[in-house]
Amino acid sequence: MKLEPNKKLDIKELLKDLDKYEPKRRGWHWREGRNEKRTVGDFEYHETSESLKNSIPLPGSRGFGYIDPQPDCVITTEIASGRFEDDIRRMRMAAWHGADHLMVIRTAGQSHIDSLLEGTNQGIGGIMVTRKQVRASRKACDLIEDEVGRPINFHSYISGVAGPDIAVMFAEEGVNGAHQDPQYNVLYRNVNMVRSFVDACEAKKVMAWADMLQIDGAHNANATAMKAWKVMPELMVQHAINTAFSVKVGIKPANIALSTVPPTAPPAPCMRLDLPYAVALRDLFKDYKMRAQQNTKYMESDTREAAVTHTLNMVISRLTSADIQSTITPDEGRNVPWHYNNIAGTMTAKQALTGMDGFREMVKIDREGPLGDKVRELKERAILFMEEMIEVGGYFNAVEQGFFIDSGEYPERNGDGIPRQIEGGIGYGFIYERDEDYFAPVSVHYGYNNIPKEFAKASDAIGGDTFEDRSKIQYIDELDEHDNVNVRLKEVEKYYDTNLVKPEVEWRADGTVLLTIFLPLDERTAEFAAIKCGEKMGLEDVTVVHKQSIHPSEGTLCEVKGKVNFDINIDELIIPEKPHVLSEAEIREDIQNKSMFVVAATVGEDEHSVGLKETLDIKHGGIEGFGIKYEYLGTSCPVEKLVDAAIETNADAILLSTIITHDDVHIKNMKKVHDLAIEKGIRDKVMIICGGTQVTNEIAMEAGLDAGFGRGSHGIDVASFLVKRRREKNA
Amino acid sequence: MKRADDYQQRRAHLANLTDEELYERFWSLANEIVDPLLELGRKNTTPSVERSILLRMGFSSIEVKPIVEGVMSKGLMGKGAGNVVWRLSKKLGCSVREAGLLLADGKHWDDVDTLF
Repeated sequence: MKLEPNKKLDIKELLKDLDKYEPKRRGWHWREGRNEKRTVGDFEYHETSESLKNSIPLPGSRGFGYIDPQPDCVITTEIASGRFEDDIRRMRMAAWHGADHLMVIRTAGQSHIDSLLEGTNQGIGGIMVTRKQVRASRKACDLIEDEVGRPINFHSYISGVAGPDIAVMFAEEGVNGAHQDPQYNVLYRNVNMVRSFVDACEAKKVMAWADMLQIDGAHNANATAMKAWKVMPELMVQHAINTAFSVKVGIKPANIALSTVPPTAPPAPCMRLDLPYAVALRDLFKDYKMRAQQNTKYMESDTREAAVTHTLNMVISRLTSADIQSTITPDEGRNVPWHYNNIAGTMTAKQALTGMDGFREMVKIDREGPLGDKVRELKERAILFMEEMIEVGGYFNAVEQGFFIDSGEYPERNGDGIPRQIEGGIGYGFIYERDEDYFAPVSVHYGYNNIPKEFAKASDAIGGDTFEDRSKIQYIDELDEHDNVNVRLKEVEKYYDTNLVKPEVEWRADGTVLLTIFLPLDERTAEFAAIKCGEKMGLEDVTVVHKQSIHPSEGTLCEVKGKVNFDINIDELIIPEKPHVLSEAEIREDIQNKSMFVVAATVGEDEHSVGLKETLDIKHGGIEGFGIKYEYLGTSCPVEKLVDAAIETNADAILLSTIITHDDVHIKNMKKVHDLAIEKGIRDKVMIICGGTQVTNEIAMEAGLDAGFGRGSHGIDVASFLVKRRREKNA
Repeated sequence: MKRADDYQQRRAHLANLTDEELYERFWSLANEIVDPLLELGRKNTTPSVERSILLRMGFSSIEVKPIVEGVMSKGLMGKGAGNVVWRLSKKLGCSVREAGLLLADGKHWDDVDTLF
């Protein structure tokens, strides 16, 4: 199976022979070609990695020859639709935009299930992590990485009371990274502390064998704490405990990543608070990797605000360091992430990191001033925290006494931490001391193992385990005949590779759309008026997902989601045919035989010049390159001046550019030029064409022009049209 | 516990440490905290650790559950569930996979009593 860019990923094909599928590789992958200078387009980059074979560049790349430089750090996106068959499509889209760490969230409550789960049941806020879903997703990643030309890291969670079971399954299925932190189980999932740490030993040992990257769970303290900026000393302690523990189990430092989040966000003076913390952390954990997460604690439903906070987070990443830049979807404050918001988060990371390429060569952290003092203070507070932990008898006693997630900045204590009991929690009472003749006949195992003398290694007793012989892995397909992928595929079958389509944000044909509505009303009235708008537009299940007061009485901005209850038949669409473009040679020949002269300007009170210059200029593949001569009259050119210039120079064509569309001024200007040309008696002789981001051929023709060129048009499109039109006129 | 921020008093013994000494102190405390936790992992096992061993011995998640539950009710977790299956296979003269499936099916648990 191989992916073709112009073909959808065939889920049914992907599921074929899954029982026999073997992942292509094991282990974590960092981007290739870091720490070397690289020329991409017109620029030299200092913090990039190898470019992709197939990708979609940032919108602004249009002005730079559609370059798509890839930052040096791995970029993460977290996917949580609850249906792996839809997650997979989103993974492919995210990879095209530069994500190479695809993190799949687990269904709510899986950490309390004392077993592996099997099948493809639908999850809530994430998939049910099962062998079949993991294998299918890894198989998809194997195909996607070939398509984009960069290895993809697939990632999920090794936590809860079945941690070692999941670790083994992940190792067997080629999962490349996982969250593993026994403190997470204890503090947030109330799993018994002893159980959690004993299980973590085995799980981490297995992860070390599989060369998986481990991410800790400390960022949760940031999200849980009442005042996130006060929890910084404790965050460093949590990082230290999981890191020291993991090293001693056998994970190599290069595979240990700290999950670190800038704790605050505007309107707090976040850079001044967050930067010293980031520096202190990188000082203390210099041997380990930084997975820079973005702030979720202070996210509301405004996607614009989220994008700004996340950009500030990335200034910290670039000023200090980040090995993995994680992203949070800008809609996380309103719903489970939607397809295109995973892409939005990924694009924000690529945009900000690329924009700050080499920033550190010019802007340095000043340790002499207040930053240095704060760094020192944070480290000391963390040390004092650990000193007191030892004083009270160690980790378990400290947790029992509510040391963690207290809202006071240590050593301040507010008595509102999360206390857990040593003799309590889920899984309590299931700890068994190993006897002298304890034996585990497997190749990878933590702790005491009494291997019988006749065997060189433990797994020889069974002729090799699944890590040595994949054929021993037992694959289970489905256990639930009603809740599985085949049933779900059947339900939406009419949308699979047919002529029918429905809008979607999460699942195939979910029908969900988002509307942006401004109402000249106060916030409360606007909310209900917005719902009514949605209903009158024929939407079902209408909900306001975001509202922003613009003024107490003058207006409110609402974003409303709802579902459409119709299908679109793409066979019935009337799509104007894409004009046939002549070859470069053919255009050049035509111009050589008979020269052509055009006058060009951006008309009206409009200072935009880039698009038109690119259309004209030889350097950007403009019409000049085909031998067409031109006179450029600049921006904000009155239409009269443009038409007069055409008369004076006996031009073959007038090229006008118009970007501003306020009150349809672009259409009005098109009509004006057309009318003026008639009035002055040159319309029959001269071709008039218009370009601009909001211009279409249809709009331009309706205004009386010969043609219109919109977003994505190039010089060759214009030159080709001019040549063809001139032939028609002369015929 | 409630306590006002007494950082200034508490830090007295750290005030004169160099940054390198602070770094050393940070990691020596972290290591001191985790050592007893690692010791627990070395000496003990759990149902999930044992299930993970059986999975690697070639059993499915559905098969490993009844085996580990049986081993727990026989009071043999200290021997290791994988050890129980392996010893039973030797006693019965069958493959490890066959022995495990018999146990998962509720059979031959009487033989397990004689293994240790």
